[in-house]
Amino acid sequence: MNRTGGPPQMWRSLDELGDGDALRRELAERFPRFAPLFDADRRQFLKLMSASLALAGLTGCSREPQEAILPYTYAPRGQVAGEPRFYASAHAVGGYAMGVLVESNMGRPTKIEGNPLHPASLGSTDVYAQASVLELWDPDRAQAVTHRGEPSTWEAFAAALQRRLIALRAQQGDGLRILTQTVTSPTLAAQMQALAARYPKAQWHAYEPIHRDHVHDGSVLAFRQPLDVRHHFDHAAVVLSLDADFLGFGPGRVRDARDFVNGHATHDATQASNRLYAITSAPTLTSAYADHQVAVRGSDVEAIARRLAKLVGVAVEAPDSVAGAPETWLAACAKDLAAHAGASLVVAGERQPPIVHALAHAMNAHLGNAGKTVAYIDPVAASPAHQMESLATLVEDMASRRVDTLLVVAGNPVYDAPRDAGFLEALRIVPASVHLGLYHDETSANCAWHLPATHFLEAWSDARAFDGTASIVQPAIAPLYDGRSVHEVLAMIVDGVERRGYDVVREYWRGKLGGDFEAAWNKALSDGVIPGTAFAERTLPLQPNALAAKANTPATSTNGTRVEVMFVPDASVYDGRYANNPWLQELPRPLTKITWDNAALVAPALAARLGVATDDVIELAQGDARIRLPVWVLPGHPDGAVTVSLGYGRRRAGRVGDARGFDAYALRPADAPWFLPDVAIAKTGGWYKLATTQHHHSMEGRDLVRVATLDAFHANPKAAGEPTSGRGNGTLYDPFKYDGYRWAMTIDLGACIGCNACTIACQAENNIPTVGKSEVARGREMHWIRVDRYYEGGVDTPRTYFQPVPCMQCERAPCELVCPVEASVHDSQGINVQVYNRCVGTRFCSNNCPYKVRRFNFLQYSDWTTESLKGQRNPEVTVRMRGIMEKCNYCLQRIENGRITADKENRRVRDGEVVTACQAVCPTRAITFGDLNDASSAVNKQKASPLDYPLLHELNTEPRTSYLAKLRNPNPEVKES
Amino acid sequence: MPPAITASGNGVDESRLKFLRGRYSYASITDKISDVVLTRPTHWGWYAGFALCTLLTLLFVIAIAYLFATGVGIWGVDIPVAWAFAITNFVWWVGIGHAGTFISAFLLLLRQKWRTSVNRFAEAMTIFAVAMAGLMPILHLGRPWFFYWLVPYPDIMNVWPQWRSPLVWDIFAIGTYIVVSILFWYMGLIPDLATLRDRSDSRVKQIVYGLFALGWRGEARQWKRFDTAYLLMAGLATPLVVSVHSVVSLDFSIGNTPGWHSTIFPPYFVAGALFSGFAMALTISIPLRAIFGLKDFITARHLDNIAKVMLVCGLLVAYSYVVEIFMAFYSGDEFEKFMVVNRMTGPYAPIYWTVVFCNVVVAQLMWWKRVRLSTLALFVISIIVNIGMWLERFMIIVTSLHRDFLPSSWDVYYPTFWDWATLFGSLGAFAWLFLLFVRFLPAISISEMRKLVLEKREGET
Repeated sequence: MNRTGGPPQMWRSLDELGDGDALRRELAERFPRFAPLFDADRRQFLKLMSASLALAGLTGCSREPQEAILPYTYAPRGQVAGEPRFYASAHAVGGYAMGVLVESNMGRPTKIEGNPLHPASLGSTDVYAQASVLELWDPDRAQAVTHRGEPSTWEAFAAALQRRLIALRAQQGDGLRILTQTVTSPTLAAQMQALAARYPKAQWHAYEPIHRDHVHDGSVLAFRQPLDVRHHFDHAAVVLSLDADFLGFGPGRVRDARDFVNGHATHDATQASNRLYAITSAPTLTSAYADHQVAVRGSDVEAIARRLAKLVGVAVEAPDSVAGAPETWLAACAKDLAAHAGASLVVAGERQPPIVHALAHAMNAHLGNAGKTVAYIDPVAASPAHQMESLATLVEDMASRRVDTLLVVAGNPVYDAPRDAGFLEALRIVPASVHLGLYHDETSANCAWHLPATHFLEAWSDARAFDGTASIVQPAIAPLYDGRSVHEVLAMIVDGVERRGYDVVREYWRGKLGGDFEAAWNKALSDGVIPGTAFAERTLPLQPNALAAKANTPATSTNGTRVEVMFVPDASVYDGRYANNPWLQELPRPLTKITWDNAALVAPALAARLGVATDDVIELAQGDARIRLPVWVLPGHPDGAVTVSLGYGRRRAGRVGDARGFDAYALRPADAPWFLPDVAIAKTGGWYKLATTQHHHSMEGRDLVRVATLDAFHANPKAAGEPTSGRGNGTLYDPFKYDGYRWAMTIDLGACIGCNACTIACQAENNIPTVGKSEVARGREMHWIRVDRYYEGGVDTPRTYFQPVPCMQCERAPCELVCPVEASVHDSQGINVQVYNRCVGTRFCSNNCPYKVRRFNFLQYSDWTTESLKGQRNPEVTVRMRGIMEKCNYCLQRIENGRITADKENRRVRDGEVVTACQAVCPTRAITFGDLNDASSAVNKQKASPLDYPLLHELNTEPRTSYLAKLRNPNPEVKES
Repeated sequence: MPPAITASGNGVDESRLKFLRGRYSYASITDKISDVVLTRPTHWGWYAGFALCTLLTLLFVIAIAYLFATGVGIWGVDIPVAWAFAITNFVWWVGIGHAGTFISAFLLLLRQKWRTSVNRFAEAMTIFAVAMAGLMPILHLGRPWFFYWLVPYPDIMNVWPQWRSPLVWDIFAIGTYIVVSILFWYMGLIPDLATLRDRSDSRVKQIVYGLFALGWRGEARQWKRFDTAYLLMAGLATPLVVSVHSVVSLDFSIGNTPGWHSTIFPPYFVAGALFSGFAMALTISIPLRAIFGLKDFITARHLDNIAKVMLVCGLLVAYSYVVEIFMAFYSGDEFEKFMVVNRMTGPYAPIYWTVVFCNVVVAQLMWWKRVRLSTLALFVISIIVNIGMWLERFMIIVTSLHRDFLPSSWDVYYPTFWDWATLFGSLGAFAWLFLLFVRFLPAISISEMRKLVLEKREGET
C-alpha cells in the first residue's frame, strides 16, 4: 500500500489501514486464544459466530451462578473430591449419647450412621439420630444473638455479662442459676464444678419433660441411693416389662433392642428363644413385640406388679386378684420367671411410680437376677437427679426474687414445664434471663437474651451413654451461623474469658486420658468411644423397708366421662424439641401411622361409649386446664384411659412445627407427670382431619405377614406357610443369566420391632422429599420403605405385626412391562431401576405394582430454593423433579461404590461390604442384603431358611426381597382370648 | 331400499318412520341443508350454546395451563389411585367416537340407508371426541412436555419406546383412528364443499370452500372414483371400530390389578364404546334437528334405529358385568372375589349401583317402541347412559386401584375442582367445536341425501 502522496487514502478495514500481517501478529500476541480466528475466511467466521450464538443460547438455559469460585490451593489432607468421609461423634437424646459416624461429603454432614464400637449403637441408630442431620441444615434455626427481641451481638452479650459477673462475684454467685437439661457431658459437669467453686452460691437446676425421676426414686427406695439400672437382655430368657417400653424409648433403646431381639428366635430357629411378658399402659413397640401382653391403665400397673411380686415370692402387700389381668396369666408369668431364676429380668417403665421400680428391683433380687441380667451403676447424669423438684425449687426462688441471673441451656421450659409450675410468670420477674438454644423458641421469646447454640454437628463436646461410656462429640462442619456451644458460653461465665469449645473439652480430657494424651485423644476421636469410661456395674442388697409403702388404689371409674390421661413421649417430636423437623413430622407414628399431629389415643370401647370415632374432637378437662384434640381409636388400648403424646402444639417452633397438633403440657401437672387421674372427657362435636399413611389395618385373611409359634414351627417347619421361593417355571423363556452380581434382600419379620428407623434412614440417604400434611392426607407420602402395621384378632386385644415394605425388585417386574418409555428397567445385577430422566410420569408402573412401593412426584416436592437444605443432600443421588416416579433401588449408589472399590482391588465385592441405608440403621439387624451369586453370603443363608417366603408369590413376580416369617414364643400355659 | 315400517299398531304417525319425510327435490334438499350454513340467520340457541361452550373451553384452557405450570398434583390422584379422571375421560371420549365410525363406515358396508342423514355429524362427533380423548393421556402425564417419547422416532440416543407397554399401542391405535377418521370425514365432505362453493355469495366463502373442495366438478368420472375411494376408506375404518377400543381396553387388561386383568375387556369395551357413542349421537341429534329444522331428514325412524343399536350394546355391556362377577367367583381368586364384593359394598358402592341403574336398568326401557319413538324419553335415556358409561369407566379404573393386593396401601380417591374443570372443560370444548362445525359445514351430507331423494323417487315410481 502506498501511503505517500496521491489522494487521501481511504480504508475500509483495519487490515487495509494497518499492515495486514503486522496487525495480525500484534493481535495474535495480545489475544493468543483467538489467533486462529484471524486467518479464518468469511465463511468460517460465520460458522463460528453462529455456533457461539447457539452456545450462548444454551448457557442461558443452565442458569450458571454469577459468583466467582476458586479451586483448592491446598486440598485438605485426606480429602478426595467426591468421596465421603466419616467422623465419629455422639448424638444425645435426653442427655444420653449414642455413638454415631457422621458422613461428610466435601465438608457437608449429610448422613448419620451408627458407630459399631459404641455400646449404645453397635452400628445402628434411631430415628432421632437419623433426623438430626436435617436439624443442622434447618433454615429456621436461630442465627443471631437477640436482646429483648432486637438483633444484638456476642460482644454486646459479653459486655453485659461482664457487668453482671462483677456484681455476682461480690455476692458469691448468689442469684445466679443455670437451668440445663439432663447433662451427661463430663466436660460440662467439670465446668459446673468450677462454677460452683467460683460462685459458691450459684445453683444448677435441671429439667426436661421426659425425665427419669422415678427410676432414681425407685432405686432410692430399694437401695437408698439414686442408681441407673443396666439391663442385660442378652442374658435373659424371660423378660417381664412393667410398662417399660425398652424397644421404643430410654437411654439404651437401640442397644436393648439388639440384645433383646438377638435372644428371640428369629430366622435362626435353632437357638433357644427368650420370652417377653408385657404389662403395658398403652400399646407400645415393646407390647407389640411381646409374646404376651396385658394392657391396663398406667395407674393399675402397680397392683399387677405387687401381685406378680407376691406370686414370685417377694414379701409385699398385694391384692388377691387384679382387674384387667387374668390370674392365670399372672400365675403363668410368675411361674415362668421363677423357673428361669437368674435368667429372667423384670424391667420397670420410666413412667411408673418409684414403688413399681422398687418392686422390679425386689423381684430381680429375689429371682437371683441381680448381677446376671441386671446390674446397677451410679447415675450417668451429672445434673441434679430429681428434675421435678429441681424445677420447682428454681421457680419458687425465681418467684420470690432470689434469682437475678438465669441461664437456660437448651431446653424449652416456657413450653414444656408442668402446667402448674408457673415457670413463665416467674421467668418474667427475673431481671437477667438468658436462653441458649438452637431455635428462637417459646423460652427465647420470654428471656432477655437469646443466644444461638451450635448444633452437635458443629461444636466440640462430650457425652456419656446409658452405661457411662464417654464419647467426644466432634464437629463435622464449622458453625453455619453465629452460634456457640454450651461449653463456650459457660466458659464466659466461669473463666470470665472467651474460650474455644475445643480447648475446653481437650483441657478436661487432658487430665483424664492417661499416657500419651495426643495419641489417646486421637484414638478417642477416631473410635468415637473413650475406653474404660463405662461405669462399674455392681449389685446392692435390697433395703429391708423398700416395699413398705401402702398400695396405691387408683380410682376405678371407667364410665366414660372421667378418664386417666397418660402422657407419653412422642415417637417423632419426642418432647417437642424435634417439632421443626419435617422428616420426623412426616414419619408415621409406629402404631397409629399418624403424621404431622398427635391425637388422643382411646380404646374402641371408650370411643363407643363416648359416641366418637377417629377424627372426632374431644375435650379433656381438669379444673381450669383443658385441651381439645381429635380422637384416634387404637385397638389394644386400655379402657378408661386416654394416651396423649407430648411435644405438639408448639407456638414458636419454626415454619414446619408451629401450630401443629395439640399441646398436652397444658394438661400436665407437676405432681402427676405421667398418669393424670380423674380427667373429664367430653365429645365436642368438632372434627379434625388426621393424616395417616395406612387406612386399613386387617390383612383380610391374605398371606402377607406369616407367623408361627416356635412350638408349631419345631413340630412342622412349614407351620408359617409353604416356602414358595425358588420357583421359576412360569415362563417359556430361559431365565436371564446374572454373571456378575445378583443383589437380594431378606427382611426378618421376627426381628422387626417396627421402629421406623429404616424409613427415615432411607429418606436421608436418598434425598427423599417431605410432602406436608395435606399431601399425606391425599395419599402422596414419598417414603421408599414403609413399615406396614397389621392387626390380628379382636379390637380389644389384638396382636400387632409390622412389615417393612421396600421395593421387591421383582425378577419379573410388572412395572417394567407397562412403562412405555423404558424408564423402569432391569439392570445386569437384577435391580429394577428407575431412570428418572427418562420417566414421563404415566404412573402405569405404580398401578401395576402389587406392592405399591412406587412413589410419584405429583408436585414439585423437592425444595430447590432453600439454600441451607441443599447442604444436606446426598451428592450421589438425583434430586427429583415433579412428574416422575421414584422408588427404592437397594441404594444403588452404595452398590456402585462397593463395586468401584472392589474393581480397583481387582476382586469381587465381599459379603457385607455393601450395606443399604435401611440395613445399616436397623437396631435389630432385621434386614440382610447381599449377593445371591456368592454361595456363602448371609442373604443366601437367610433365603435357605424354611421361614423364607416372597410376598404375594401367587402373582409370579419373583421378588428379590423376601421375608422371613415371624416366630412367636408364647407360654403354652397362658390361655389367650 | 328396505320397506318402511308400517305395522306400527301404536297409533304412531307412519310418516315419522320414514328415513326422509316430505317431498324433496335435489334442489330443495340442497337448499334446506346448505341454508343452515349459508343463508339462514343463526338461531339464538346456537349463540347461547356457543357462549356457554366458550366459557367452558376457557375453563379447559385455564385448567390445562395451571396443570402444566404446577403438576398433576392439582388433581386428586394419589398412590394407589394413580389414574382417575383423566384416563376415565380418555376412555369415555374414545368410546364416544366409536358410534360415528360405526355409523359412517360399518353401516355403509352393510348398505344401511338410514345412516345417510346421520353419518356426517356422527363423524364430526368422532373427530372431536377423539381429539378430546387424545388430549387426556397427555394432560395426565407427569411431564407432558415429553409426550413424544412414546412415539417411535429416530432418537440420537437410540432409545425406542418400550413395545410391550399397551400405552405405546395406544399411540398407534389413537393415531390411526384420528387420521382415518379425519380423512374419511373430509373425503365425504368434498362434494358438499363444492356445493357450498357454488352456492355461497361471499367471495371469501367461495375461495375457502373452493380450496377445500379440491376442484370437485361433479363429473361422472369423479363420482365413480369418489365412490370407490369412499368404500375403500369405509373398509379401512371399519376394523378400527373394533380395534381401537380393544387396544384401549388392553391398557387395563395387561395390568395385573384385580378388576383390570380380564380377557373379556376388548369386547366389553367395544360394546361399551358403541353404547355410549350411540347415546351421544342421540344427545346431539335430538337438539340438532330441533334447532336447525332437520326433522325431515333425521326422522323418528333414525332415532328408533339408534335406540335399537343401543339396546343391543347395552345388553352386551350388561352381559359383561355378569360375566365379570361370575368369573371372579369361578376363578376362586381371592383378590378378584374381593374386588367384586368391594365394588358392590365398598366406599364406591354408590357408583357401582348407579352404573347398574344407568346402563342396565334404564337401557331396558328401549324394548318399548313407545319409548323409542318418544324424543324426550330418548334424550333423557341418552343422557343417563352417557353418565352411566362415564361412571362405568371411573368404576373400572378407580375401584380396582383403590383396594388392590396389600391392604396397607388401600386408600380412596376423591376429585378436586381441577378434575371437574378438566372434565367439563373437555365437554365444553367438544361442544364448542361441534357448534362451529354445524355453523360452517353441512351437518347432513347433501350429496348422499340427494341420492336418497333419487332412490325414494324411483321407489315411488
